[in-house]
Amino acid sequence: MSEDIILSTSGLTKEFAGFTAVNGVDLKVRRGSIHALIGPNGAGKTTCFNLLTKFLPLTRGQIVYNGRDISREKPAEIARLGLVRSFQISAVFPQLSVKTNVRVALQRKRGDSFDFWRSEKVLSPLDAEALRLVDAVGLSAFADLPAGELSYGRKRALEIATTLALEPEMLLLDEPMAGMGREDIERIEALIRKVSKDRTILMVEHNLSVVASLCDRITVLARGQVLAEGDYAAVSKDPRVIEAYIGSGVGHGH
Amino acid sequence: MADIASTDAPAAALAIGEVDDSTARLHRNLMIGIAIALVIAPFVAYPVFVMKVLCFALFALAFNLLLGYGGLLSFGHAAYFGMASYVSAYTAKHWGLTPELAILAGTGIAALLGLAFGALAIRRQGIYFAMITLALAQMAFFFSLQTPRFTGGEDGIQAVPRGKLLGLFSLADDRALYWLVAAVFMGGLLLIYRVIHSPFGQVCKAIRDNEPRAISLGYRASQYKLAVFVLSAGIAGLAGATKAIVFQLASLTDVHWSMSGEVVLMTLVGGLGTVFGPIVGAIVIVSMQNFLATLGAWVTVVQGVVFVICVLLFREGIVGMIAKWIKKPL
Repeated sequence: MSEDIILSTSGLTKEFAGFTAVNGVDLKVRRGSIHALIGPNGAGKTTCFNLLTKFLPLTRGQIVYNGRDISREKPAEIARLGLVRSFQISAVFPQLSVKTNVRVALQRKRGDSFDFWRSEKVLSPLDAEALRLVDAVGLSAFADLPAGELSYGRKRALEIATTLALEPEMLLLDEPMAGMGREDIERIEALIRKVSKDRTILMVEHNLSVVASLCDRITVLARGQVLAEGDYAAVSKDPRVIEAYIGSGVGHGH
Repeated sequence: MADIASTDAPAAALAIGEVDDSTARLHRNLMIGIAIALVIAPFVAYPVFVMKVLCFALFALAFNLLLGYGGLLSFGHAAYFGMASYVSAYTAKHWGLTPELAILAGTGIAALLGLAFGALAIRRQGIYFAMITLALAQMAFFFSLQTPRFTGGEDGIQAVPRGKLLGLFSLADDRALYWLVAAVFMGGLLLIYRVIHSPFGQVCKAIRDNEPRAISLGYRASQYKLAVFVLSAGIAGLAGATKAIVFQLASLTDVHWSMSGEVVLMTLVGGLGTVFGPIVGAIVIVSMQNFLATLGAWVTVVQGVVFVICVLLFREGIVGMIAKWIKKPL
């Protein structure tokens, strides 16, 4: 049984002054899966995530995406390869309208936009596609509103629409449910399920019930190292995982 | 959902830099209004005064392009304004360049300087960016002070000939020169308007709003920041170079840090991040300096008071407040 791996790391390590946040993590993400990265607070999930998205330079180790070593690439470059991330705090362009937020991402298809002498009317052909994506995440009623005025859950939805505009092959979601009410969680969960059809998703998530229902495979981190890996049923029964969660005093939604 | 949308709707018009059809019409009418005002101005006001306002307005417009639309606070814009003014004065006086070539030379040097300084400054963000731009501008000031052969030192470059436009039309008469300055100003204003509303401007606004997100979409943010920095420095240079021809003088005042401060003041009083605000700000500040000149050193105090009032009472600036009032971006 040969596995089709889209993203893998070997010996991924990040040292801050006198402190190893991520220590020799080997990770394999299967193409087409929804993979979760979980662990108690301080386990190194977010650091790991920032290493994968190149927002932090790595100390040691290697990251391979689609057979290509991206260990030393810059963040903008990996986005161009089809590996697009979201942020823990909602990442929208607050002063731009909802539609324009999405259009800025669609604009990437033109390549670079250094043409300062041209009218933005050259972007109008992208409007229809932008509105379709805005509609797909249920925000059509807010298309002309500045994104900064959306509620938190809607900002997350907009962020997903913006990300999808790039047609990424793989999505890296940083705690997509953080700080959300139950209603928003259900909506975003459905949205993630929908967009995962022909994509790979790797997400860091605290909400274990979301992880249980959404994810095919789970990697548990503790103290910067991989503690366990498998599907939810296997991982949740693993005594080391239970120990790590209870031992750290932060049980999450069991 | 519909009710939420409708209560939120009026605010939508406030999204900075979002232009719907009615706003575009309003902006076009304002541009026509400005053009008409430019034609009338020399007949109702002292042309040299109007030219001074126009040069500073263009300077403030350039600064606002960088801060209001690129999100980059430069505290050293005097360097581009002042060095361009020296280059323009020097080439007109000592090389005998015609005024349009002298102005172009000044603009080009300012853009190059912007490229060099910008490349260093954009490596840092926020207050550190501002401090680097200030430090580099202080170096430009020091250079100007220490090279009297080029800059005339404390005396500056005086008695710069206004020359003949294209070698044909004498600009000795204030009115004749005025049309050149008005054309330069209008050209600069239209260029900046276009930049703000171009695909490039769109990406700059996205980077201003949220740089990490723009990077995660695959935009090489630092290249855009550098490009907008160079554009801003070049247009600031255009203003400084033109000013040298108007006053037939380039001096240390133009490269001094207080000039960098003045342009911040003009932009904030007029309205940061508004297209037309810097023009209003320049009119207010230059008028204050001119009409309160009898107060001597107290002008600075009055300016300070105006600045404090502005920040306390209407942080959006004059035009920003009007924009809020009519619910349309200006």
